[in-house]
Amino acid sequence: MTPRLTRIALGIAAPVLALAAAFLITSLVLLIAGDPVGEVWSTILSVPATRNIANIINSATVLYISGLAVAVGFRMNLFNIGVDGQYRIAAFTAAFVAGEAWLPGYLNTLLAIVAAILVGAAWAGIAGVLRASRGVSEVISTIMLNAISTYLVAYLLRKAAVQEQGSNIIATKEIPEGSRIPAFSLSDQAGTSVYGFVFIAIVLGIGYWVMLNRTRFGFDLRATGRSEPAATASGINTKRMIIYTMLISGGLAGLIGLPILFGAAYSYGSTFQSGLGFAGIAIALLGRNHPIGIALGALLFAFLDEQSNPLQIVVGVAPDIVKITQGIIVLTVVIAYEVVRRIGVRIEQRQVAQALERTARDKAEVSA
Amino acid sequence: MSNPVQHATSADRMAVRLHGIGKQFPGVIANDDVNIDVARGTIHAIVGENGAGKSTLMKILYGVQKPDSGTIEINGTQVVLGSPADAIQAGVGMVFQHFMLADNLTVLENVTLGAERLHGIGTEARAEILRISDAYGLNIEPDVLVEKLGVGARQRVEILKVLYRGAEIVILDEPTAVLVPQEVDELFDNLRELKSEGITVIFISHKLDEVLSVADVVTVIRRGTTVATVDPGSVTARQLAELMVGSELPSPSTETSTVTDEVLITVENLTLPSDGARPLLEDISFVIHRGEVLGIAGVEGNGQAELVEAIMGMRPAATGKVTLVDRDLSTLSTRVRREAGIGYIPEDRQRHGLLLDAPLWENRVLGHQTREPNVNGIFIDKGAARADTQRIIKEYDVRTPGPDVLARALSGGNQQKLIVGREMSGEPILLIAAHPTRGVDVGAQAAIWDQIKRARRAGLAVLLISADLDELIGLSDRIEVILRGKLVGEFDPGEVTPEQLGSAMTGAGETA
Amino acid sequence: MSTLASAKDRLAAIRPKGRISPWWILIGLAAVLFLFSVLQLVTGADDLASSGTIRATIIATVPIALAGLGGLWSERAGVVNIGLEGMMILGTFGAGYLGFHYGPWAGVLGAIAMGAIGGLIHAVATVLFGVDHIISGVAINIIALGATQYLAALTFTGLPGGGQTQSPTLGDVNSITIEPLSDALGDIEGSGIFFVSELAAGLRALVTELSLLVLLALLLFVLTYFVLWRTAFGLRLRSCGESPAAAETLGVNVYRYKFIAVLVSGGLAGLGGGFLAMVASSNYRDGQTGGRGYIGLAAMIFGNWRPGGLLAGSGLFGYTETLGLRRGGESVHALLILVAALLVIVAIWQWRRLRHVSAGVAAVIALGAAALYYSIEAVPGDFTRMTPYVTTLFVLAFASQRLRMPAADGQIYRRGTAG
Repeated sequence: MTPRLTRIALGIAAPVLALAAAFLITSLVLLIAGDPVGEVWSTILSVPATRNIANIINSATVLYISGLAVAVGFRMNLFNIGVDGQYRIAAFTAAFVAGEAWLPGYLNTLLAIVAAILVGAAWAGIAGVLRASRGVSEVISTIMLNAISTYLVAYLLRKAAVQEQGSNIIATKEIPEGSRIPAFSLSDQAGTSVYGFVFIAIVLGIGYWVMLNRTRFGFDLRATGRSEPAATASGINTKRMIIYTMLISGGLAGLIGLPILFGAAYSYGSTFQSGLGFAGIAIALLGRNHPIGIALGALLFAFLDEQSNPLQIVVGVAPDIVKITQGIIVLTVVIAYEVVRRIGVRIEQRQVAQALERTARDKAEVSA
Repeated sequence: MSNPVQHATSADRMAVRLHGIGKQFPGVIANDDVNIDVARGTIHAIVGENGAGKSTLMKILYGVQKPDSGTIEINGTQVVLGSPADAIQAGVGMVFQHFMLADNLTVLENVTLGAERLHGIGTEARAEILRISDAYGLNIEPDVLVEKLGVGARQRVEILKVLYRGAEIVILDEPTAVLVPQEVDELFDNLRELKSEGITVIFISHKLDEVLSVADVVTVIRRGTTVATVDPGSVTARQLAELMVGSELPSPSTETSTVTDEVLITVENLTLPSDGARPLLEDISFVIHRGEVLGIAGVEGNGQAELVEAIMGMRPAATGKVTLVDRDLSTLSTRVRREAGIGYIPEDRQRHGLLLDAPLWENRVLGHQTREPNVNGIFIDKGAARADTQRIIKEYDVRTPGPDVLARALSGGNQQKLIVGREMSGEPILLIAAHPTRGVDVGAQAAIWDQIKRARRAGLAVLLISADLDELIGLSDRIEVILRGKLVGEFDPGEVTPEQLGSAMTGAGETA
Repeated sequence: MSTLASAKDRLAAIRPKGRISPWWILIGLAAVLFLFSVLQLVTGADDLASSGTIRATIIATVPIALAGLGGLWSERAGVVNIGLEGMMILGTFGAGYLGFHYGPWAGVLGAIAMGAIGGLIHAVATVLFGVDHIISGVAINIIALGATQYLAALTFTGLPGGGQTQSPTLGDVNSITIEPLSDALGDIEGSGIFFVSELAAGLRALVTELSLLVLLALLLFVLTYFVLWRTAFGLRLRSCGESPAAAETLGVNVYRYKFIAVLVSGGLAGLGGGFLAMVASSNYRDGQTGGRGYIGLAAMIFGNWRPGGLLAGSGLFGYTETLGLRRGGESVHALLILVAALLVIVAIWQWRRLRHVSAGVAAVIALGAAALYYSIEAVPGDFTRMTPYVTTLFVLAFASQRLRMPAADGQIYRRGTAG
């Protein structure tokens, strides 16, 4: 096999292995619990209806942005666990700004999006500054900031919100219709509309790739992630890179809640979807920080979530079983990539050794 | 298991017999058919150049790694060493080149760890440590945190660890690498004392003068296999070296002086404060002229690394003035200093010089990511960078299939050649080379020496830091000695001997 | 001087090093109580140190402390464990399931066992397969949440008082009340004598309906200290967190000790979860842990990876949590003035050590706290509950030089890489 083919084969082998392992372990759990394994899988793996496809694309859009936000950090060896807090505080800000409608129409939307990016970036920036100036691990500080943002948003929501009549759900003011992001429908049926934000997500993915792989800034970022001492010696200001990376990661995180906000919910309330940040970690790992990989990972997670919904009704199994699958995927995917990486390095070292032997032989023959 | 009868007489005298040992790593044969007999109560040296497989062999003897083939006999009994615990059980102890000590634990804890059954971890153990320390003059306090100890004391703790376990066979892996000549003498006195107590010492080194002065028997390893066992009284260091290399030795001989009057770099009053009382660097001033190599000699940890980093702008706390030609660099960032014309071959190439998991062409860009041909505006120009990497591979004889191979897959010497090529391609005015030939094979060493000489001829100023005094004397036009962060004496390499440098480096000489 | 004599002299000169003795902890507690007495007198916030508050604080402290203790075991062996949250969640279910079917003590065992299963996954992933510790922890948190929700729906649906998100009511483990003492102390507490009354409140909380699990938790702290710092086993375990390579070259089976440490870690976190289900409330409920695993981790860092400090940190966090529930606004409001006073002292101290910037920062925050105290009547509950997290951030930001985590904490160690 040529080196290139080997590399591609190994690249595919890892996720396939990981998914197979996760599938097996989940089946094992179902078996032990005495649930009908076959029916569970046939329900989950059935062909989704158009309505379900729309739902899958919608949640994948959200998960995709979350994955990107985490992946930016990963490329620099920064573990932004705080995506969860960052997106919630940013989504609240955007909802508040858009709800107040200081500007007309799409200007209002734009202002809200910018506000979300800035707030998300600032919130992540705290962790970045702490890491760069005081050496505080971003893992711990973002965990703390997650909790702080939860209470802060709860407090601000109570200050800013309007109570819906006859319920104890509180929420920000609804976004005026002119400032919502239009959806498009997959078919004539109801409930098949897809967030217009999906296009923004695609643009984000392309931008992410170009920035990391083609620009000097991206080179510096990846170099710092691979080896901080080497980056410092090469003239990169690594402390500044830490702060920049956290700002970018947080800015992206700020966008996570917006497809929902501008496409479906139109306000931020106490029931706004949570936990998207942690899913982003799983998806970034699954997609190996590559924009296309992340997209596939997001679609897979969204697929599992959507397809497990009817489990309770159809076969009487709690849909939470797919959370086990998702968690296991995170572990197996990391293990599989590591195993495959080691095999890859081994193959490459052997190839280098062989190539050198060959040239040495050639030289010997020439001189002889 | 009993020994075969026919070997009984010789086996009685043998502490260790290694027979047909082989060990392979992916793409590398570390050991191949190694045969060594070590007689009891002797100091047996094992020599070989970097990467010859000495350390792997010793790790096998200490149970850290398992051999793929071959047998090990200890005191006449064949043993299988699955872990260091087995080796300790068999009476083997090892002092590693990189000390195996936990900084945050006390000496007592470090010594008793894993041997708690012997004397517990309390008062009794403390008394035993003091007893051994006093008996061998090791001067060790049991309740000090290891992080507070200096290099010499750490090594003595390591030796104490081995003795505490009652080892009869002590392996020392490159024990003198971190010591100054005077400390080496003390260590050798200790080793002779161990020998007189009937303990067997296996001594790994590539410093041949030391080996000849202390060893009873010398075994030479080349490319993973034993090539000769000789009596140190009957060979010279040069003969031993040629056995090691398998051919005639290159030597870093100086050529005619190319030094000019034109000052390229001026360092004035460079000072780097530390958290403690004594600054890391104190009031360092020197100049280097066009076509001149300035060597810095010193015991490791006396400020060499800090000096380099301060000149590179990696130490923001540094005060003083660094001028390159006419440009004051003192307040500028590392990147601007590099752009201004400094090439940098770092001390630890894997940590500071390379991105091990990136392809070679990305490593070509590293440190030059603002310069032609690597960039195009804000974008990286991958095509041009690859092509230029191809040029470096060819010009500097980097042995690799191509520019897309990961840096990790290259041998140490080839990694270093890539770095030298990269740094020279930035057309520097000043080249800083810190330990440029450490841990590389002889072939690459000769090539790198050649490159430094060529740089000197081409009119660069070269700052050379090295622990290899022969290298310093051979390549430099001038040698400054650094001690405790200060320059304490200047020597002419044409006249100075390694011994004189050694005493200046420890502050023992009158020169300071 | 002969060698023997010198060795003897040096032996005699050796004293156990300056570790915090239990007496100092007691003195510290008394000092805190005294401060609160003063504070109550000055501000009139009288729920700061009532026996009710103290009892609630104990209940709130134990789960955090147990999670933190779990973190301590694991990190002392060099494995970072942010899966504590997940292991606690597993513990709540274990307590709910076995506790309902086989009684409270079976529930305790169930909690420990379920937590240990979480630990097992973490150990297999990080130690055997070399997965990044943080990633494994995140995965465990996801798996544990899904698994308990799945299992709860499977096992509790249809039981009396049970359902998809909660178990039926569980029995509590035995608790101790020393009747006469409790009553007498109650009288003294009611008397309102400065400091004496607060002291009585503290003691009363200890002799009234004290759950045996609280005692068990305390015992586990003592045991942990003894095992980790006074035995050969503990030395080996800690050496794996300080320098696994050194440990391996001395014949320590690094993998085994890491495995044991992470298993114990999971068991302790699980027990913390069980405490939540059985003592702090009366059944398993979905989302019951509320991030306490993370707070436990924070408490451990706050306590500088030592059991005494961890206990103090947990107490602090437990106290702020309690205040958030019990008329917290007033109490925290009163604490503001204390914070201001302490920060003034810090500022003066830093100024005298010529650290003018930190002194300035401390002074500004002190002023802010004081200004806040005089400008508002009560601190909103959300901010009270934020306190532990903000405190941890500040500790990390301003005292990180004093923190000393195990040197090889979080690093992946592979067998045979020593030397």
